[in-house]
Amino acid sequence: MSNTYSAFSLFKQAFRGHQGWQPVWRNPEPKPEYDIIIIGGGGHGLATAYYLAKNHGIKNIAVLEKGWLGGGNTGRNTTVIRSNYFYPESCALYDLSVRLYENLSRELNYNVMFSQRGMMVLIHSEAEMEMAVRGINAMKLGGTDAQLLDADGVKKRAPILNFRQDARFPIHGALIQERGGTGRHDAVAWGYARAADRLGVDIIQNCEVTGVIVEGGRVTGVETSLGKIRASRFGAAIAGHSSVLAEMAGYDLPIQSYALQAFVSEPLKPVIDVVAFTAAYGAYFSQSDKGGLVMGGGLDRVPSYGQRGNMPMQEAVLSGLIEFAPALAKVKILRQWAGIVDVTPDSSPVIGPSGIDGLYLNCGWGTGGFKAIPAGGYLFAHLLATGDHHEISRPFDPDRFKTARLIDEGAASGIAH
Amino acid sequence: MQQFPCPFCGLRDEREFHFAGEAGKMRPDTSGEVTQTDWSRYLNSYKNREGKASEVWVHLPCQEYFIMHRDTLSMKVLGTEQLRRQEEI
Repeated sequence: MSNTYSAFSLFKQAFRGHQGWQPVWRNPEPKPEYDIIIIGGGGHGLATAYYLAKNHGIKNIAVLEKGWLGGGNTGRNTTVIRSNYFYPESCALYDLSVRLYENLSRELNYNVMFSQRGMMVLIHSEAEMEMAVRGINAMKLGGTDAQLLDADGVKKRAPILNFRQDARFPIHGALIQERGGTGRHDAVAWGYARAADRLGVDIIQNCEVTGVIVEGGRVTGVETSLGKIRASRFGAAIAGHSSVLAEMAGYDLPIQSYALQAFVSEPLKPVIDVVAFTAAYGAYFSQSDKGGLVMGGGLDRVPSYGQRGNMPMQEAVLSGLIEFAPALAKVKILRQWAGIVDVTPDSSPVIGPSGIDGLYLNCGWGTGGFKAIPAGGYLFAHLLATGDHHEISRPFDPDRFKTARLIDEGAASGIAH
Repeated sequence: MQQFPCPFCGLRDEREFHFAGEAGKMRPDTSGEVTQTDWSRYLNSYKNREGKASEVWVHLPCQEYFIMHRDTLSMKVLGTEQLRRQEEI
């Protein structure tokens, strides 16, 4: 098949001066009616459409995206992929995602550049070492993996960090998940889009949902900037803007939206080949294949829908990083951006019915949505196709806020998300 | 840095303020039966408006709680309101 990417097709195109590449998805006009409409053309929405078509044989699907594919949080994160969570429910969820990522490039015939370079969570005191061992044991019981490194072990993996004994937070060791790493975020959206399009999914960009049509207590259609579109089931995967749709349709959400910032530096020669995260300094970084340091930290302090981010958090993250790796102090920042993340009270996602028939939710991923794209799509597709949870997504149903059976990863794994 | 207006101290650096929740949420009357749905809504649900929002903030140095009206998209402060009754001031 000439549309399959391979070394041979690359070779062939090179001889033609790369003039023969074709667009990899169509730009169809929306039909008046579909079986299922996915609102949101980011990673989660596109993955959901792909798995609906592939695993459940449903082909009459549209993905509605108000801007361009992957232009929201999918294109605004720091590309970290990991499953080092505390509770068994979270380990099962995020490890499903890592396992799907491991085979994703092959499955989609699209290189998502998943690099399992290791995800290292730094430890800065004896007491934290004890907590890290507890965390590692929990992860192993939950079916994922992690190891403990002592200070020498960390030094071998990332000599650029600050190992001085008089550092603000001296390094005692690290929790490392070797299967964690980074991926190419745009490629994840584009790969799923291409694969979904080939299975017949209509991907409709520049199509903003402006209203929800509820008839007899059931969502039967949406008003969009391209007119009215009907469907029998709807899935919303719109992250930080979930509450905007909730207000249109009239249901409650346990979500507060914040800006989460990230930064990338000028390209450097290789200085680090793992993802290094430190809660004490409130920052983390990795190095992209292009050489840029990709840096991030915690949420902005002010709830926001502005995809810019504000100064206090920039200062906190960058000054933290300079303590963490002082050799980087003179590196210049090239770009800074923010995505609007959907934070829940227990820092765990919401997958389940919205409370209004016919409309289902995939949201609440907070600061960690990118790593969860394959699992989010896989489980959401199962929910939309069968009307019932996959066993892995059941604990994340929004009914947990009524029963108070929360999965508080914010407290348990001691990370910003 | 952005500056937020404290009703007592005037314009101050945004880092001196802490977001304390959405304004206008009423605690259910616990002298009677409260349904799971109402209690959960009180504890966990937010309007989380894009655009004009009213929120409770605290100015940490003076510990004054007040209502701030903001635009959550442009980040403009639209005004503040005191939470104290007039006779307490």
